[in-house]
Amino acid sequence: MTRIPPAALFGLFFTSLYFLMAILAPWIAPYSMTEIVGDVWEPWSADHWIGTDNIGRDLLSRMIYGGRTTIFIATAATFISFTTGSILGFTAAVIGGWVDQVMSRFVDLIMSIPTLIFALVVLSVMPVTLTILILVMGLLDATRVYRLARAVAVDINVMDFVEAAKLRGEGRIWIIFREILPNALSPLVAEMGLRFIFAVLFVSTLSFLGLGVQPPNADWGGIVKENKDGIIYGIAAALVPAVAIATLAISVNLVADWVLNRTTSLKGGRG
Amino acid sequence: MSDALLKVRDLKIGARVYPPGEKPRDIDIVHGVSFDLEKGKVLGLIGESGAGKSTIGLATMAYGRGGVEITGGEVWVNGREILGTSLKDLRKLRGTEVTYVSQSAAASFNPAKKIMEQVIEASIHASKFSKKDAEARAIDLFTRLGLPDPETIGDRYPHQVSGGQLQRCMTALALCPEPDLVVFDEPTTALDVTTQIDVLMAIKKAIRDTGVAALYITHDLAVVAQVSDEIMVLRMGDMVEHGTTDQIINAPKEEYTSDLVSVRSRKHEGKPPSDNPVLTIEHVTARYKGTNFDVLHDVSMELHAGQTLAVVGESGSGKSTTARVMTGLLPARDGQIVFEDRVLSADLKGRARDDLREIQMIYQMADVAMNPRQTVGTIIGRPLEFYFGMRGAEKHKRIDELLDDIEMGAEFKDRYPAELSGGQKQRVCIARALAAKPKIIICDEVTSALDPLVAEDILKLLHNLQKREQVAYLFITHDLATVRAIADSIAVMYQGRVVRYGTKAEVLSPPFDDYTDLLLSSVPEMRLGWLEEVVEHRKMESAGN
Repeated sequence: MTRIPPAALFGLFFTSLYFLMAILAPWIAPYSMTEIVGDVWEPWSADHWIGTDNIGRDLLSRMIYGGRTTIFIATAATFISFTTGSILGFTAAVIGGWVDQVMSRFVDLIMSIPTLIFALVVLSVMPVTLTILILVMGLLDATRVYRLARAVAVDINVMDFVEAAKLRGEGRIWIIFREILPNALSPLVAEMGLRFIFAVLFVSTLSFLGLGVQPPNADWGGIVKENKDGIIYGIAAALVPAVAIATLAISVNLVADWVLNRTTSLKGGRG
Repeated sequence: MSDALLKVRDLKIGARVYPPGEKPRDIDIVHGVSFDLEKGKVLGLIGESGAGKSTIGLATMAYGRGGVEITGGEVWVNGREILGTSLKDLRKLRGTEVTYVSQSAAASFNPAKKIMEQVIEASIHASKFSKKDAEARAIDLFTRLGLPDPETIGDRYPHQVSGGQLQRCMTALALCPEPDLVVFDEPTTALDVTTQIDVLMAIKKAIRDTGVAALYITHDLAVVAQVSDEIMVLRMGDMVEHGTTDQIINAPKEEYTSDLVSVRSRKHEGKPPSDNPVLTIEHVTARYKGTNFDVLHDVSMELHAGQTLAVVGESGSGKSTTARVMTGLLPARDGQIVFEDRVLSADLKGRARDDLREIQMIYQMADVAMNPRQTVGTIIGRPLEFYFGMRGAEKHKRIDELLDDIEMGAEFKDRYPAELSGGQKQRVCIARALAAKPKIIICDEVTSALDPLVAEDILKLLHNLQKREQVAYLFITHDLATVRAIADSIAVMYQGRVVRYGTKAEVLSPPFDDYTDLLLSSVPEMRLGWLEEVVEHRKMESAGN
């Protein structure tokens, strides 16, 4: 086993820290998410490690529960975007012809509309529930995954071993899942890290604009929004979730880079 | 010895390798090779892949490809030791004193610059000639190398000339700065046999005219015999034998060398065709989707059980397309394919699973013909599951039998393709085809990516399997030596048509049509003076016309 480079170690540490916090939230949060336990914007103390928020709730507890929501939504959206995006992308590449044309032009059409504006329009006419939020994010992101999956699969699809499978008479399901998928996995895994980060940023943006997670439920973008007025008074409460978003994004990125380097021969990796 | 232009003494070259899942380690590629080369002489370096030929060639410019390092020994050029000299001194040496001609000119020329610009670049950079003189010299070389329109060909871009012409342009590039030594690294390997002759003759003439010394690297002993004065046989980084060309070809001392010399001499008595062919291709015409011209015109041929039909021709002649039409990957526009007295659907999708089973295919590049993420067991086992519904112990027993058939052991079952040698990979592909118990196997250039001795073993294996299973082979190849060794009947293809068809004896005996004559006479023969004879023969032919 080769040594893990420091950057990847840093990434692994923070990524696992945030994910553990998200999973264990009910057991490790000192207070409940909605309970008002003190004054508005109390400074850091032994009772409230990183102070209280704009209406006097414990900020650490909000952060832990908020992380749970943010990470859950991002993970679910990434899962949806990956399954739909890659399966459709592979299908388009394998079938080709007009099926590929129709699907690819449809994806181009959706991608030509800025994602954020598209999501804002959809979410403002539909009831904002967790399910709808995840579906909208997942399906919009699926267009990006589709493009990558299709490009990778088109390359693999012309290899002789795929032709050999076609000559054998194998069906499309076998070709997609047994011949193409295993060989497309490493670029897709690396892309998964990036898509997860975009999902985190996206849900945070939506919540900040008031169309994401609705109060009193917490998520990191929402916490920034709730506490942003404090910045005028020199209160740093809004910076805590901002820093959390930034560190999560960077950490996952570092891990994804490391995975890509290890699993592909691109970028001088040893695979 | 004192006037030797190039002196190599006890040259040792190593490299660091990164085996998957293991620690990087250092290996030796070349273990102490020594030789001299005098002015105006040509030394042929010959060996299988991995013998260290190219590595030695590049070491004469004190260069090692990525990760390769010269670990010991001495290289003297023009009385100077060049190993360990500064990069600045090496820059004066490389490209002017010692130049290099690579296998693929197409990959070595910059596609965005005109040919002339690239041919004279080194001479001008080294201030050896003025631009005007360098251009005049280049045009002179273009003429000597027999390029068409020598005055203006330099104004073209690399993609505007043919592969054989570009290879000659690269020779001009190497000769332009009046080097003392030129390293030719497989300069004709990527060319068709008919083109190879022209390039070979041009190179030979240019070497003689300019009096330059040359290292000629190739895996084809018949080719090197035509151009070199001396030959050095290498194997896995060691020198096997070094002697004059005459001695190596006519009286080799080492067993390995005589194996190399005799590899092409295998003969096979052709069998006469039986009365009812197992498969007939009748008047097939085909074109690729989205194009408006036919790539096959009225192609007909027959395959007989237990026999081999060789399809020969240069690249672009329609050999592989014929195979694609047979398998249904490219549905024929006209004509039909008859298998055991019934017409097969033109399209792959219209064929029953059992029809697909009967026609199997083996590819040229075994490493891309197998899914790199599947083990040998899975690769061979899949046709058994798919066509015969075999499972569990029954399947494993059959896989073991098949591995035994291809002379590999059961321990290979859990290996991945990346862990096999080139010959073993091709054997696994053969086992995969056999697993389907087909009546017909299409072999598409199956030996052309392999070293001669390995290719010979694969041919033997195919031959033995054919005797036992009575399977018919459609053997696609551009190598006529292979054809002689395996074929019962031959179809010669040229520009999408079958120009000559019949039993081996019929096709290979005169009178020949023009194209077959050209093709047959282009196959390098393992004797001295063959090249000159062919060129002379062609001159007479064209004078006669």
